[in-house]
Amino acid sequence: MKPLKIKVEGLLKAVKKGRGGVDIAHRKNTAGMRVIRIPTPPFVVISMTQGIGAPCTPTVKVGDYVKLGQLIGDSDAYISAPIYASVSGTVTEIKDVKLSTGVVSKAVVIESDGLMTPDEFTPPVVTDAKSLVDAVRKSGLVGLGGAGFPAHVKLNLPQEAKIDTLIINAAECEPYITVDYRECVENSVNIMRGVNAVSKYLHIDNVIIAVEDNKPIALQILKEIADSATEGEKVKVMALKSRYPQGAEKMIIQSATGRKMPPGKLPSDVGCVVMNVASIAFVGRYVATGKPLVSRSMTIDGSAIKTPKNVRVPIGTMMDYIVDYCGGFTEEPEKIVCGGPMMGAAITNINYPVLKGNNALLAFKKGDLSIKKETDCIRCGRCAAACPLNLVPTNIEKFTKIGDIEKLKHSGAMVCMECGSCAYSCPAGKPLVQHMRLAKATIREKEAKK
Amino acid sequence: MSEITKKLVVSASPHFRAKDTTTKIMLDVIIAMIPALVAAVILFGVRSLVLTVVSVISCVVFEYLSRKVMKRHNTIGDLSAVVTGMLLAFNLPSTMPVWMVIIGAFVAIVIAKQFFGGIGNNFVNPALIGRIVLMASYPTQIGNFEAPFAYKTVDAVTTATPLAQMTGVYSAENLGTAIDNANLPSLLDMFFGVKGGCLGEVCILALLIGFVYLVIRKVISPVIPLVYMGTVAVAMLIAGKGNFEFVAYQLMAGGLVLGAVFMATDYTTSPVSFKGKIIYAIGCGLLTSLIRIFGSLPEGVSFSIIIMNILVPHIEHLTTARPFGEVKEKKNKKEEVK
Repeated sequence: MKPLKIKVEGLLKAVKKGRGGVDIAHRKNTAGMRVIRIPTPPFVVISMTQGIGAPCTPTVKVGDYVKLGQLIGDSDAYISAPIYASVSGTVTEIKDVKLSTGVVSKAVVIESDGLMTPDEFTPPVVTDAKSLVDAVRKSGLVGLGGAGFPAHVKLNLPQEAKIDTLIINAAECEPYITVDYRECVENSVNIMRGVNAVSKYLHIDNVIIAVEDNKPIALQILKEIADSATEGEKVKVMALKSRYPQGAEKMIIQSATGRKMPPGKLPSDVGCVVMNVASIAFVGRYVATGKPLVSRSMTIDGSAIKTPKNVRVPIGTMMDYIVDYCGGFTEEPEKIVCGGPMMGAAITNINYPVLKGNNALLAFKKGDLSIKKETDCIRCGRCAAACPLNLVPTNIEKFTKIGDIEKLKHSGAMVCMECGSCAYSCPAGKPLVQHMRLAKATIREKEAKK
Repeated sequence: MSEITKKLVVSASPHFRAKDTTTKIMLDVIIAMIPALVAAVILFGVRSLVLTVVSVISCVVFEYLSRKVMKRHNTIGDLSAVVTGMLLAFNLPSTMPVWMVIIGAFVAIVIAKQFFGGIGNNFVNPALIGRIVLMASYPTQIGNFEAPFAYKTVDAVTTATPLAQMTGVYSAENLGTAIDNANLPSLLDMFFGVKGGCLGEVCILALLIGFVYLVIRKVISPVIPLVYMGTVAVAMLIAGKGNFEFVAYQLMAGGLVLGAVFMATDYTTSPVSFKGKIIYAIGCGLLTSLIRIFGSLPEGVSFSIIIMNILVPHIEHLTTARPFGEVKEKKNKKEEVK
């Protein structure tokens, strides 16, 4: 029976369309643009909440003089990373500000003296796994790919976990964004330093640097440096098919290793650690210099931006200052997106400070984004075919509407990572991601009532 | 310079959408049906065009009126009523009285579609229900097939469909001679549509052009049509004791290709999942074969699709894929026992 089954499965695979996902226009207009350090902003607003995790408490007072890289906020909580001054100057205010995410958080306002006088940095002493995790925590690193999850938590692996593969995520499957690509091209030395440090101290035998195949130059540069800078066959540079959402954690683990990460599990459960390429490059730089995370690269693009650029900005720079640096708007935008167009959040204004997790700022002209009128579902099944996680979004929408909690739980709504492939392909223009969020909230609410 | 004076649009991600809309999909289906319509006009004369136009107009008018009466938003713009109208006409003989076509359109749009909530909510194919009601109400008229090119002669010539001619073949001792004696059109005539039958079902060539167009435009997946026709082919090969000529006649006769390409693939009334599509198409194929071989009716495509339409929710329930990476529950139980 067994050989027959394999044959049938092979046949089914041939007819069946891959693993879901969608083919979208890449629009990597800024791919050829070097990351430029923007002129020091007159002031920065550094939020004490930088992403996922507990907010920090300011360690400075109004009137204090701070140097670039000096500690200004910290927390005792485990899931939290310290925050450092991103310019040198005087603390003028500590106040509550509204962030682009809609969260209100305490923030330290520093008026820059324009000198960028650095604090004294000493490279951390790293000898084993624990000292590496401590060093990463001290560096203030959070995942630079977008979610902003504190990196030391990810690297602090449980004792019993058997990790054999470190995956460096340089897929960058979102349209427009090119900062990870620039990282590969401009900063491959630090990527290798980071890869060597993490794989050495965490005792990981295999490293896979995964890049979508629409970035041949990055692939070539990484391959060359991987061959020369590492011993043996440890580091593999892998070209992945360009198909959104290739860079999602579950997808990249499957593409790189063939392993499937079950719902509710972590990459370490399937023997993997996944790190964004900009994060690993930062680790590489930090172990060599000891300079904490005070700035990040961002892609500034979209039809309403006069001169799209890749820029290096101090954390806490106001977004309007960055847009000004990019020549301002060609015309008043209709929509501004923080992050990529598939998963980024539309923001209500441009007067927000940059957070550690912001990888792009995109502004779109009126009529540039196809906003479809919502019509009735025709059950075409395109959402289900596009879902990389095998969900049937249209059913989940219906179950939420009629409040069928049992079916909703069975439908796997909680697994959804909100990649947007379903809503992208829906001909009826349904905001399916919104429906999926509603479904999750409905399940959580019912669970809480129990 | 970078001042924002107007309010920005804030909506849930994704901020990009594919350009396809329901209207565009329906337009593609209409385009795919045009070759068959052209063939019908060539074979059965202008009357087939008249019937199609009447059917389309009445479907659109009924859709507009019923939405209006039910105080729902107008949906004629999505062109689904046009598709239903064309399919209904395609399923009728060219001799059908015009007023009966209008009754069929009423049943299809008002009863089968709008009573259940309109597009996306009907549980059976509206055009097929229209045909079946007409079949039950006016069996004589719906069985009155004009011979191809009869419009060129003075006297109207009626003919039997190949399937009706073949009713005796199934139980025949010697299939080969039975087929020869049945006085059937040649296989080439079967393919180009020179035979008796409903407007849109006769010209296999035109239907296949439509099929290829729909698959290339990614409007339909080829799974349902291929598995449906494949199942009929296998069943007929068994019934015909390995006679390939018999299989070829069976595949090209009646409404099989029209049904498999344009009606069994209707999004609303077919399963979403890949496995579900296969089960559904096999079911359609088996039922069609059983009705043709054992039933008292010569043709069974419309009934088999309708029966499978009704089973779709159950097929869906049984075949929904588990979320990515989730282990099957049964396997877990086995492991626990160990």
